Amino acid sequence: MASFLGRRALHSAIALIGLILAVFFLVRLTGDPTDLYLPIDASLETRKEFAHKHGFDRPSAEQFLVFLKDVSNGDLGYSLRKQRPAMELVLEAYPTTLALAGVAMVLSITLAIIVGAIAAYKPGGVFDRISSMASLAGASAPDFWIAITGILIFAVTLRWLPTSGVGDLPYWILPIGVLMLRPFGLMVQVVRAAMLGALSSAYVKTARAKGVGETAVIFVHALRNACLSIVTVAGDLTVGMINGAVIVETVFGWPGVGKLMIDSVMQRDFPTVQATIMVTATAIFLLNIAIDFLYVALDPRIRHQ
Amino acid sequence: MSRLTRGYVTNELNIMTTAEQESLIIRRGSPWWRMLLRDRFALVAALWLFVLTLCFLFGPLLFEDAATKLNLRARNLPPGSLEHGWLMYLGGDALGRPMLARLIVASRNTLAIALSAVFVAMIVGGILGMIAGYVGRSVGHVIMRFADILQSFPSLLLAVVVLYILEPNVTNLVIVLAITRLPIYLRVTRAEVLEIRERVFVDAARALGGSRYHILRRHITPVVAPTLLTILTVDFSIVMLAESSLSFLGIGIQPPEITWGLMVAAGRNYLSQAWWLAFLPGLAIMMATLSGNILSNWLRVVSDPEQRWRLEDSSGKKSGQTDA
Repeated sequence: MASFLGRRALHSAIALIGLILAVFFLVRLTGDPTDLYLPIDASLETRKEFAHKHGFDRPSAEQFLVFLKDVSNGDLGYSLRKQRPAMELVLEAYPTTLALAGVAMVLSITLAIIVGAIAAYKPGGVFDRISSMASLAGASAPDFWIAITGILIFAVTLRWLPTSGVGDLPYWILPIGVLMLRPFGLMVQVVRAAMLGALSSAYVKTARAKGVGETAVIFVHALRNACLSIVTVAGDLTVGMINGAVIVETVFGWPGVGKLMIDSVMQRDFPTVQATIMVTATAIFLLNIAIDFLYVALDPRIRHQ
Repeated sequence: MSRLTRGYVTNELNIMTTAEQESLIIRRGSPWWRMLLRDRFALVAALWLFVLTLCFLFGPLLFEDAATKLNLRARNLPPGSLEHGWLMYLGGDALGRPMLARLIVASRNTLAIALSAVFVAMIVGGILGMIAGYVGRSVGHVIMRFADILQSFPSLLLAVVVLYILEPNVTNLVIVLAITRLPIYLRVTRAEVLEIRERVFVDAARALGGSRYHILRRHITPVVAPTLLTILTVDFSIVMLAESSLSFLGIGIQPPEITWGLMVAAGRNYLSQAWWLAFLPGLAIMMATLSGNILSNWLRVVSDPEQRWRLEDSSGKKSGQTDA
């Protein structure tokens, strides 16, 4: 078990470092930020001074060493755009995204487990067919289009919900609904397939023969064993959730990490891009480790390997 | 077996949901088109994809001029009237260009990018996976860690960074999208190769003096290819959605080229006056991806039942064990 977790953690750590390296050098290929941040008629001295101040006049490799030294001191640099520490911007944006993604993820997993389990209980039944179609449609829908259509129907035409912005409950409904859609659609299919397998197994027959109630059979015996594939997919979907968050935050004007990231790349705000990616990659790294622990907790076979 | 026959008798029409029935039909030797005719959803999906293929092949040829011709009297014309000719049936855009013609012309870019990206991803991923699975452990480790990096980061953000460096034209978009889909093919191929290389026929080929290249090409590729093609059909929809998102964000294809995603982005500014400008292209995306998904579900069920476990086992996340 320890070796399993150790190996997985090592692999994730290598991926984390590789990613940070890649991003550091990739963003520097996007062009010179001096062109964007200084007026066109800025004198050569001003440009040199700007480049020198932010270290852009040094070779990339040297910049990277400086970057590493700063990171180990907990300093992720100043945002070029906002003249504030990049870390501050990232930490400011994160709670919004985490709340949005967290609520959407919890809701979609819960709903998907219920719908998928019921669908698998009577494969080929009316509920199964409707939910199969609905989940397929959910997984196929372009989220930006659903967001726009949602605004069109509920905000512009019916005037029930606000078009965009952050605030109390009504502001949350559309973004969360849009963000939920794809994970929900994919999860229903996964839960259904996993439950189908679990429900036809011998231990479920045994449980029924013992006289265990149907609800307990579905949600205790079968679900527990279907959990492994659900956890795998849920982990992948959580990473993919950031893709969704970029879209949703852009359309609904939410000041989250997705929007911060897109804006920073567009404006060559290197320190902010690096800080966002560092934090996101670390979060994903921790998430992967948490998922591995969950595996071990859920499946005794891994524990005894 | 009793479960098979019972399912078949009581539920003959519902082919899509139960795999067992399909395998039964296959054993009776029905041609694939008859199986397609039995499943209404798959049939409609296939027909729709056929129409899209026609648009893809002949659309730009026939409607390129109509799609770029301005008609200021038809600015933001609502859909549903034949007054300005049938091309205006779906309305006109903000510059009075017919929506229908633009949708047809845009289908080429949208479909071409998605198709090329999945094929590039499949070929490169397949080759890397074979190297990782067959050539050597240390090379394999390097390749797998590379796949880890790609997979552990949100694909959209990666694409944004890369597209910002490269000029956002069709070729670069294909490269970026292919890179984000690589790991899937790589992992599946490697898992399959690791298993196939232990089989007797591979041993035999090796004993007869077959070179690595020969064994990979002649003995392993034919076994791996069907699995990869099945994944490709699922991936097609995913890549199409990714391309549309990028175009929507303004980082993908740039005007005057058009894709459906770009049309949604352009229509977004006119949402309150002319909803169809953003709605129709999005609907086109949705119908294409949904058809792709329905058809790939159908294909997965119809294709060789002997092979099915391998896909489910190695990708591990598309489904559990349906045929347990």
